[in-house]
Amino acid sequence: MITLDRVSYTYRSGQRALTDIDLNLEGGDFIAIMGENGAGKTTLAKHLNGLLKPSQGRVLVDGEDTRKASVAKLSRKVGLVFQNPDHLLFSETVRDEVAFGLKNFGFAPDVVDKQVERTLEALGLSEYTDTSPFLLSGGERKRVALAAILATEPDYLILDEPTIGQDYQQKERLRNFILQLYSQGKAVVMITHDVEFVAESNPKVILLSQGRIVARGPADSVLSKDELVKKASLVRPQMSRLFSELTNYGFPSDVIDVHRARLLLEEKLSEAKVRVAQNS
Amino acid sequence: MAHAPREIIIAKNLGFQYVGARKAAIQGIDLSIRENEFILLTGPSGCGKTSLCRCLNGLIPNFYQGEWTGELLVDGLSVTTQLTSELSRKVGYVFQNPENQLFALTVEKDIAFGPENLGLSRQEIRQRVDEAMNVTGTLPLKDLAPYELSGGQQQRVALAGVLAMKPSVIVLDEPTSFLDPRTAEEIMRATDDLRRELGLTIVVVEHRLDLVSRYAERIIVMDGGKIVADGDLEETLDEKFDLLQGLGVGVPRVSLLWTMLRRDGLVSGKVPTHLESAAASLQGMMNQ
Repeated sequence: MITLDRVSYTYRSGQRALTDIDLNLEGGDFIAIMGENGAGKTTLAKHLNGLLKPSQGRVLVDGEDTRKASVAKLSRKVGLVFQNPDHLLFSETVRDEVAFGLKNFGFAPDVVDKQVERTLEALGLSEYTDTSPFLLSGGERKRVALAAILATEPDYLILDEPTIGQDYQQKERLRNFILQLYSQGKAVVMITHDVEFVAESNPKVILLSQGRIVARGPADSVLSKDELVKKASLVRPQMSRLFSELTNYGFPSDVIDVHRARLLLEEKLSEAKVRVAQNS
Repeated sequence: MAHAPREIIIAKNLGFQYVGARKAAIQGIDLSIRENEFILLTGPSGCGKTSLCRCLNGLIPNFYQGEWTGELLVDGLSVTTQLTSELSRKVGYVFQNPENQLFALTVEKDIAFGPENLGLSRQEIRQRVDEAMNVTGTLPLKDLAPYELSGGQQQRVALAGVLAMKPSVIVLDEPTSFLDPRTAEEIMRATDDLRRELGLTIVVVEHRLDLVSRYAERIIVMDGGKIVADGDLEETLDEKFDLLQGLGVGVPRVSLLWTMLRRDGLVSGKVPTHLESAAASLQGMMNQ
């Protein structure tokens, strides 16, 4: 379990980035941390693997205080995938890139090879195994960076804006992958302002604004509340906005995803159809 | 009869293959873009949209090595024979991550960098910088360092830097990916305002159609380095929905909902591209 206990963080410039953050993260959790640019999302993520240490409060990773543990040791448990893949990529081929972490952790060469192959396949990158990461598109490079971390099988996976530059199919793939991870008992934290991705993945949502947690709960209850969502400089998912226009027809107020919307509308529209048929 | 706006970008059988790549990044591109159009360029990751954009301002073939085929004219200039410095006056480029684009010590100096390198008079530089800051709302930020700004402010500064070059075309390559949704909407609105006020031609690369569908009239869809759809945004969404969906284009959720209901035989008519039109149609049906 990762525990954040009243964590506050102030940058050296004196700027306060996080205030009184309490958070528990355990295997099987899937959490989306959402909020405006500059809300402190990435700062929070960096606390989870000890890259940043709290100015006040403490962070425990499996009981160990991050101020005392080395980042190297923590990084075996907590994998952090950065927003910008170019901060992470440096090898000559995609294979080397993904193998790098595994080799550093001392895995045998045949284990490394197998793991690299498996991870690349799972992320749809097999055809680029021998390609230079720098010849790939932005979205593809991002997946290579993700593969490099995933291959080491961390217990806690922190994804900083994983959907940026990804097309819809890649997002679907990512969603399935995340689902697989947390059903295997891993914890997945995703930092994102992609409300539609969150609406369709239905994680727990933590809403951050100006360094504080302003709301937490299931995605449909948080993302359907206009005031909260505005506060975090987000917009409600399109389905939620559509259903606000349809409140007079007796629909629930927390619809955020297209599949639930479809089921609800099918029912109402079928009724309307029957009425029309009867009247004519 | 008002005459049609002139063509500002013409591509004929355009293709490019990077050195070391196994297949062409783009091939057989035929394209005509008219002045003052707002174009949404989309397609799956790796489809060649960024490569096409790089051709428009001459980054390809001048900075990326590879094999070029076909012809590309931008505002009458041939990209293969023209200096990149000339082309960069015609076509401004706003990148996905503004951090990669801004480097001067203050916002004002960053915006002035381009015009200073054109060898213009001080007065002309001053005027261009002021104008660019005015129209992008970055004047209050002029003495700040770019790294002190939020993502949305940085992207506005990047836009101002491009505007100060007085381009005819602005290419924005996923300009709002790093921005929160509210700021993203604001940047797209600001871009459309600039198009109207300054008569610019806009090409936006974007996966999320709902962000741009309000402004773009035309959509160009690429796959495997080729253009697979090119036309009116609303018509294309209606007629080629399955193609777009299959390619992984982020179709607006209301459009997706509508096609599902239409398949169920519960709604009919054109696929809506905005929330408002979808809401109005549904209300009408349920009032029956």
